[in-house]
Amino acid sequence: MSVSPRLKNQHLLWRAAFGPMAENIADLEGINSKKLWELLLKTSAKKPDKIEVAQNLADGLYKGVQDIAKMEAAERRINQKIIQDQSREDLKNLNIRWLDEMINSEAQLREKMSLFWHGHFACRVVNSYFQQELLQVIRENALGNFGDLLRAVSKSPAMISFLNNQQNRKRKPNENFAREVMELFTMGRGHYTEQDIKEAARAFTGWGFNVSGEFEFRINQHDADTKTVLGKTGNFDGDAILDLLLAQKQTAKYICSKIYRFFVNEQIDEVKVNWLADRFFVNNYDIKKLLEDIFSANWFYEEKNIGTQIKSPIQLLVGIRRLLPMEMDNDQSQLLLQKILGQILFFPPNVAGWPGGRNWIDSSSLMLRLRLPQLITANEIVELRPKADDDTQMGMMEMAKKIKSAVKGGTATIDWTLLNKTVATVPREQLLNKLKEMILQAKMSVPNSIIEKYLNKESRENYIKSTVVNLLSTPEYQLC
Amino acid sequence: MVIKRRAFIQTGALATATLMLPKFLKAFEKPQMVPPGNKVVVVIQLSGGNDGLNTVIPIRNDIYYKQRPKLAIEKDKAVLLTDEVGLNPALEGFKQLFDEGQLSILNNVGYPNPDRSHFRSMDIWHSASASNQYVNTGWIGRYLDAQCNGCSKPTQAMEIDDVLSLALKGENNKGLAFTDPAKLYNASNEKYYKDINAAHQSGEATADYLYKTMSETLSSADYIYQQSRLHPTGAVYPSSALGRDLKTIASLILSDINTKVYYVSLGSFDTHVNQEAQQKRLFTELNDAVKAFTNDLKKNNRFEDVLMMTFSEFGRRVAQNASGGTDHGTANNLFLLSGGLKRKGILNALPNLTDLIDGDLKHTVDFKSVYATVLNKWLNANDQSILGHQFEYLDFI
Repeated sequence: MSVSPRLKNQHLLWRAAFGPMAENIADLEGINSKKLWELLLKTSAKKPDKIEVAQNLADGLYKGVQDIAKMEAAERRINQKIIQDQSREDLKNLNIRWLDEMINSEAQLREKMSLFWHGHFACRVVNSYFQQELLQVIRENALGNFGDLLRAVSKSPAMISFLNNQQNRKRKPNENFAREVMELFTMGRGHYTEQDIKEAARAFTGWGFNVSGEFEFRINQHDADTKTVLGKTGNFDGDAILDLLLAQKQTAKYICSKIYRFFVNEQIDEVKVNWLADRFFVNNYDIKKLLEDIFSANWFYEEKNIGTQIKSPIQLLVGIRRLLPMEMDNDQSQLLLQKILGQILFFPPNVAGWPGGRNWIDSSSLMLRLRLPQLITANEIVELRPKADDDTQMGMMEMAKKIKSAVKGGTATIDWTLLNKTVATVPREQLLNKLKEMILQAKMSVPNSIIEKYLNKESRENYIKSTVVNLLSTPEYQLC
Repeated sequence: MVIKRRAFIQTGALATATLMLPKFLKAFEKPQMVPPGNKVVVVIQLSGGNDGLNTVIPIRNDIYYKQRPKLAIEKDKAVLLTDEVGLNPALEGFKQLFDEGQLSILNNVGYPNPDRSHFRSMDIWHSASASNQYVNTGWIGRYLDAQCNGCSKPTQAMEIDDVLSLALKGENNKGLAFTDPAKLYNASNEKYYKDINAAHQSGEATADYLYKTMSETLSSADYIYQQSRLHPTGAVYPSSALGRDLKTIASLILSDINTKVYYVSLGSFDTHVNQEAQQKRLFTELNDAVKAFTNDLKKNNRFEDVLMMTFSEFGRRVAQNASGGTDHGTANNLFLLSGGLKRKGILNALPNLTDLIDGDLKHTVDFKSVYATVLNKWLNANDQSILGHQFEYLDFI
């Protein structure tokens, strides 16, 4: 079976972006995928504006930290609690504002690639300033050079704090940072020895940050003696180790495998990954060129790669909001949904990031996914009661109560006009097929006659609405 | 004999017939029965890091009182179990269970290179991994994988919650999470889902996986709901969340559902500030709910078959902090409750407060030994393949 131009273009938009939107879904038949890819590159060319939620930090939080040192223990603890609470509050804003970028920004490719790096360089610290700065590092370098990105992330206070490098000192090394840099950020397990980690950890001694939240090399804590890492011996510091890791072709291979799984298919195709890795390495880790290699390859558009990937909760939520322009009654209910679906931005499950694929799915998460469209269009009242969870709490227990009342009155007001306009010329008897084409990437084996039974035929508008809601409520819509 | 027959029909005849059944029938096929008398585990997770030293109190240890001038619980306020051991005053109901040989206490449970972050340590407990290992499956999930090769029974392990914990996620099988059988039933009883499920033709693997999960959920929801109405417990439970959850579990245990593991959480025990009041409130909830639950099971002669286990992701530091609380620590105690305990009482020595690492307790029992014991001796499973290593068995069951 041949793949139609629409399906091809939608495939590109689901993978390299967050899916088609009401505004462009009508035009996806006339353009060729190469043109669309160039458009995606062009609209992501600009350096992204920073998302600032913790702008008061310099004169608030960090001044606070300095003052705190002078306080009595009890007082200090209360202040730390206030700072933590503020940080949590800021992180919610950071979450929602980044989500808004994914939904509305024209820099779709950049934000999508940033989401990949956000999972790759998984970092879980409840410090909104650190997280905000790390996010900006990622968004700025998302399509740039992987070496630059790796260096900038490794020097971010967020990562240094998360991986305990602040405690990595001469003669008292903490190996956590060195281990994760090798295991998760560059080469992957099995390509270095425990001894390599020990030696690399010594090279990273002295990497820390100061009270203003800036990287600082504390030379008196640095172990300047000779180290031997991956067979090379020298007076290495942290930068030298990162260079050494980038000089390993395995790093290109590891990154390409992960990118292939994220953008192309959960099932690795060794030949293709090796081809990508060779070129990524030769091109000196140019991320844009790597993506170009993927998204302009014919094999990317093969049937086996289309509609076979399980959308992450973020992809799902953002995808719905791109298709259906809506005003959320309660922005924060989006955080509760992230929690219940298993992916809260800035709260990855561990330093290895979200495992993805079938890990997103269990009975309860799948049923919530299927009911989500009804929930959003307010036909249903759902009371959610996630368990208490200390560092993701984010005030969500109160939110759980709120969403209940919010859902009662409708969680969102959807603007259907654009979508109605898009299918305005489609005859009624072809509407279901047309909407199916636009909404589902996976082939649906359920016959139209079954779906028809559930459609509201009172008016054309209601028919369209109920068709969309019912198509969104299928297992097929979980795939892209 | 009736039971044996029924089991035969379900596992033997139907197993082959399934191949020929139309899809919609398969979705409502009744999950496999297990004979009554089967062993059940109820895990109660105390989220947030419960302070073990104010749970099981070393009433004759001067260091304890010295390190916690404000927070230590005086001997005359504690619920006395032995000359040396007292319980938190809010756990008065545990005393009777202890005296009747239905409560065992295991001290100093932990793991090497402990992590003091909530989520990471919880991850380690759920996945039963080493502290420098990242594993995407949980110990109960892998038990499902081992038990349930090729079968479709998410009801073998269930969590009373809106979100399924990592502990219950296996590679190929996952437990089921819900808060209330009736709500689950209503939510999944949409005719639309059943209709599209029946009409789906298998093809692409990932789509089939989603349909299979949906189909199992729909049939499980029906099954759980029917079972929960079979012998609903008439006992009075406290109206707290845990009381409600344990009541749900009791009704299912009294039915002939095939569930082997139930999972439920209580929290938050993260008592950095004002610990006394918060721990008291949570323990009161725990105490009242467990009392109602164990009485109910005893009355129905099921307590011999039920093993309850509490755990928390870590204990807290020995010394109190300056805000009437305690900070994140390491090793901790856990409660084992059952009418079928083999070794009863205090199973091992209380923490040695003179032998600490950076002010924290040293663990003497790896929590994975507890899992190994439960898996092997209670659930009759191959603990070594589930845990990836042979851990020493304990003798409480």
